[in-house]
Amino acid sequence: MKETPSQTAGPFLHIGLAPQVAGVEGVRDLGTQIIAPDTPGERIRIDGIIRDGAGDPVKDAMIEVWQADASGSHDPGLWGRISADFATGEWSFETIKPGAGQGAAPHLTLYILARGINIGLHTRLYFADEDNAADPVLARVPEPRRATLIAREKGGAYRFEIVLQGADETVFFDA
Amino acid sequence: MPFRPRDRDWHPRPLDPQYRTSITRSPSQPLLRIDQTASELTGPVFTASDIGPLDHDLLANHGDGNPIGERIVVHGRVTDEDGRAVPHTLVEIWQANAGGRYRHHIDGYLAPLDPNFGGCGRVLTDAQGHYSFRTVKPGAYPWPNGPNTWRPAHIHFSLFGTAFAQRLVTQMYFEGDPLVPRCPIVSTIPDPRAIDLLIAPLDMDAATPFDHLAYRFDIVLRGRDSTPFENRMEGN
Ligand SMILES: [Fe+3]
Repeated sequence: MKETPSQTAGPFLHIGLAPQVAGVEGVRDLGTQIIAPDTPGERIRIDGIIRDGAGDPVKDAMIEVWQADASGSHDPGLWGRISADFATGEWSFETIKPGAGQGAAPHLTLYILARGINIGLHTRLYFADEDNAADPVLARVPEPRRATLIAREKGGAYRFEIVLQGADETVFFDA
Repeated sequence: MPFRPRDRDWHPRPLDPQYRTSITRSPSQPLLRIDQTASELTGPVFTASDIGPLDHDLLANHGDGNPIGERIVVHGRVTDEDGRAVPHTLVEIWQANAGGRYRHHIDGYLAPLDPNFGGCGRVLTDAQGHYSFRTVKPGAYPWPNGPNTWRPAHIHFSLFGTAFAQRLVTQMYFEGDPLVPRCPIVSTIPDPRAIDLLIAPLDMDAATPFDHLAYRFDIVLRGRDSTPFENRMEGN
C-alpha cells in the first residue's frame, strides 16, 4: 500500500485545527497551551514570523510544536498549536526549555501548515544559549545554514524567524 | 523501528506554478534528509477526553437545527502502508457548508453561512482503525488562482498517527466530481494513481434509507521500515 498523498491545509485550516481562532463555536481548540501550570521546567517565550519568498509575512500559517520535557524525554512529550496573527503574521507562544536527550541538543520540532504549502514543512528550533556542538542533526546541516535553526534571545524572549524560500531559507527536513 | 522513507515523488510537488500561492511558499532548497530520532519517532497522544460528545457529528455540533444540504456519512479505516490498523488516533476534519462557504472570518464568498453548520469535526479511530463522521456534502467554491478557478467539493483531513513522522494533512474528494481533474491543487500530485486515493467512492452499504448517503475514505499513513539496518544505503 502507498501512503495517502498530502494536500495543502488551505487558508481555512483554523476551522478544523483551531476552531476558536476561526470563529467557530461548538468545538473547543486542542493544543492552545503547550504546558500546564505545573509543568516542570524553565518558562520561556518564543516569538517570530514566517516569511515567504517575496519577504511577505505568512499571516494564515499554523505552527505545531512537539518537544521533549525538561528532562529531555518525549514520554509523554509536549505539544501545541500556534496561529500566526491574521493582521501581522507575528506569532508567539510560551513553553519550557526542553532538556537535552539521547545526544541531541535541546530543540523543538516544528511543523508548518499554510495555504500554498502542499506538504507540511518540518523544521527544528535550537537555542543560541545552549551547547549545540554535538547535536547530530545540526551536524548534518551545512554550516552557513545552521543559523536558520537557532533562536536568539531578544527582549526577554527567543526570536525565531522562519523563511520559506530564498537566500535565508530555513532548513527543512525529510525524516 | 524507524518509518520507511517518504516517497516525495508520490506526494504533491511543493512548487507548482499552476497553484499560484505555492510559487512563493515552497522551499527552493532540497529537504535535508536526517535519521529519525526520538523527536520524529514519538508524537502527541490524544484521548477520549480531548473529544467533545458532538465533535464527530457536524449535523449537530453547531446551532440548534439541521444544516441545509445533502446529508452524508464519511467513514473509513486508517492503516499504515503494511495494512496495519492505526487505532485510537486523532482524525480532524474541516469543510465548507453545502453552499461552498466556510465559517471563517477571512472567507468572503457570497454564498451564505448556514446558522446550523460550523464545519469542524474530530474523532479518534477505534481499535480497528475505523472512523466515521456525519456531515453535509460541501459545495464547490471559487478561489482567486486563475480567472475562473473552482475547488471541487472536498473535506480537509488531519491525522497524527503514532509518531510525528506519520503526520499527514490532506483532502478528500467525491467520486464523479467533474471539477477534480480541473483543480490546480489536486494537480500538484503528479501520479493519477495517487490522486485516486483521495477520491472517496459512494458507499451505498453504509447509507441509511431516508436519512443519509455515505462515502468511504480509507487513509494510509507511513509504514515501518522493514529493511535491516545493516543493509540500508547511506542516507536512507
Ligand atoms: Fe478547502
